[in-house]
Amino acid sequence: MEFWKDPLKAAADWLAGILVGWGLASQVSQVIIAFLGVLILISLLMVLDIFLVWVERKTVARFQDRLGPNRLGPFGLIQPFADIIKLLIKEDTTPGGADKWVYNLAPVLSMMSVLMIWAIIPLAPTVVGVDLNVGILYLIAAGAIGTLSIIMAGWSSNNKFAMIGAFREVAILVSFEIPMLTILLIPTVLSGTMGINGIIESQSLWYVFLSPLGALIFLIAAIAELGRAPFDMGEAESELVAGYNIEYSGMKFGMFYAGELLHAFTFGGFWAIFFFGGYRFFGLEKVHPFLAVAVLIFKAMLGYWVIMWVKYTLMRIRIDHMLALNWKFLTPLAFILLMATALTNAILKNSSILIYWAGMFIVNIIIAFVALEIARRVSTAQRARLEGRKGAAAA
Amino acid sequence: MTISQIIFLVVAGFTLASALMVVTTRNLIHAALFLVATLFGVAVVYAILQAGFLAVVQVVIYIGAIAILFIFAVMLTRRDMRDRGPQMNRMQWIGALLALLIFIGLSFLLSSWDGYSAVAQEMPADFDTMGRLGEALVSPDAYLLPFEVASVLLLAALVGAVYVAYTRR
Repeated sequence: MEFWKDPLKAAADWLAGILVGWGLASQVSQVIIAFLGVLILISLLMVLDIFLVWVERKTVARFQDRLGPNRLGPFGLIQPFADIIKLLIKEDTTPGGADKWVYNLAPVLSMMSVLMIWAIIPLAPTVVGVDLNVGILYLIAAGAIGTLSIIMAGWSSNNKFAMIGAFREVAILVSFEIPMLTILLIPTVLSGTMGINGIIESQSLWYVFLSPLGALIFLIAAIAELGRAPFDMGEAESELVAGYNIEYSGMKFGMFYAGELLHAFTFGGFWAIFFFGGYRFFGLEKVHPFLAVAVLIFKAMLGYWVIMWVKYTLMRIRIDHMLALNWKFLTPLAFILLMATALTNAILKNSSILIYWAGMFIVNIIIAFVALEIARRVSTAQRARLEGRKGAAAA
Repeated sequence: MTISQIIFLVVAGFTLASALMVVTTRNLIHAALFLVATLFGVAVVYAILQAGFLAVVQVVIYIGAIAILFIFAVMLTRRDMRDRGPQMNRMQWIGALLALLIFIGLSFLLSSWDGYSAVAQEMPADFDTMGRLGEALVSPDAYLLPFEVASVLLLAALVGAVYVAYTRR
């Protein structure tokens, strides 16, 4: 029965028993088991990553009205393995004048910043690396290391395109961190905790219904943090060739690419965790931990699909528009939404739960409507001014 | 020696070594990256001390914001990333002596404090450090005034920076 309820803990206890039986101190055996857990989680993630390459290629093919990989294996499932073999046997080049240590460290840090995040993701109520009480801040901290890896890659490559790409990407990452962190405080206000598990546990109604605007801003900021289209300024192919990873070849490029895919999947997962109830699905998570894991993976895949949908539908935005969108629209909006949410929470805390839910929803809709109306007026005025200037130039 | 002691020694050694590299390396970008390593080591020390919030904030603010700003400033203002001048000046021995004196003084002060040799109590698992910190920062009989004064100071610095950088058209 114990095994059925929590197989991972049972397995860990069994292994600890064996190790202690061999004469190891119980503390040492705990460290060994923790290492094993990390190893298993990371291996599974990397295998999932291989699969994600296939998912991404198949999806983009559907969006562009083609078939995608379809030669190797059923539905082209073996294609990503062929890709990996290709990446592994490619020549590993280092550009002349490159800073070797920094150049080689950057892809590792890029991958590490993504894998680090998985330490706090609760795949099921009991299947979690560590339930930090500052989970949200940890997510941002891991992102900071990713930012560092990009600037290291751009600078050490000794290439002007890489440098420009890194500058642009870091400008975007640093700016979009602000609405992102502000929006992450909304689930904190609603649930009263910063721990990821606590946020999931308190979502008896998914937060997307309590804060639809928050969910939307989080998605936009997340796509910008990922550096994917329409915010892919860091590697804008048509102007910067490939941006910060231009000089990387073989598996070092593969690390950046795999890191980006896994990062997108991870943020799909976080969208699900913060706004779509994480592993919760009508009590299914209570049946068996592995079912909860399946629910979370499914929701994360849906979030990943939405991110891909945006990527392959929208065009790239110009850098000044992108920064203006962040500083003049998303950041003030996120601050106002956070204040309104906190205020509504304080006022309606003691009233009945239905009034609380309805109040939250209505406040969000009103703020969204007013914000869009202001944005529309400002952009109309700007356009009129520009057209007036153009007309004057023509005359 | 327990495992946490071994971890502490490794982390402390790493932090000190990278701190030494910050001041001895001649490449400014390398110095900034070693500074990042040092700050990360300090964050790990916070984590060992069970101050998770401080550890994470250390990474977010110092690595995510300040170190990135350093790197940007170096890249945008220097054409050559190398520092060619002498690394020491004629005050070096006096500086070393001062550093040694301060170290001895601090060690003496700490060793006369009775908490120095006491073993830290194990924190209960449900001890809410973050809630305590948050309440302390906004309660009038704790740190509300210093907290607000610091915010006003930062705001003033922000406004000042914008005023200095702003060019009137």
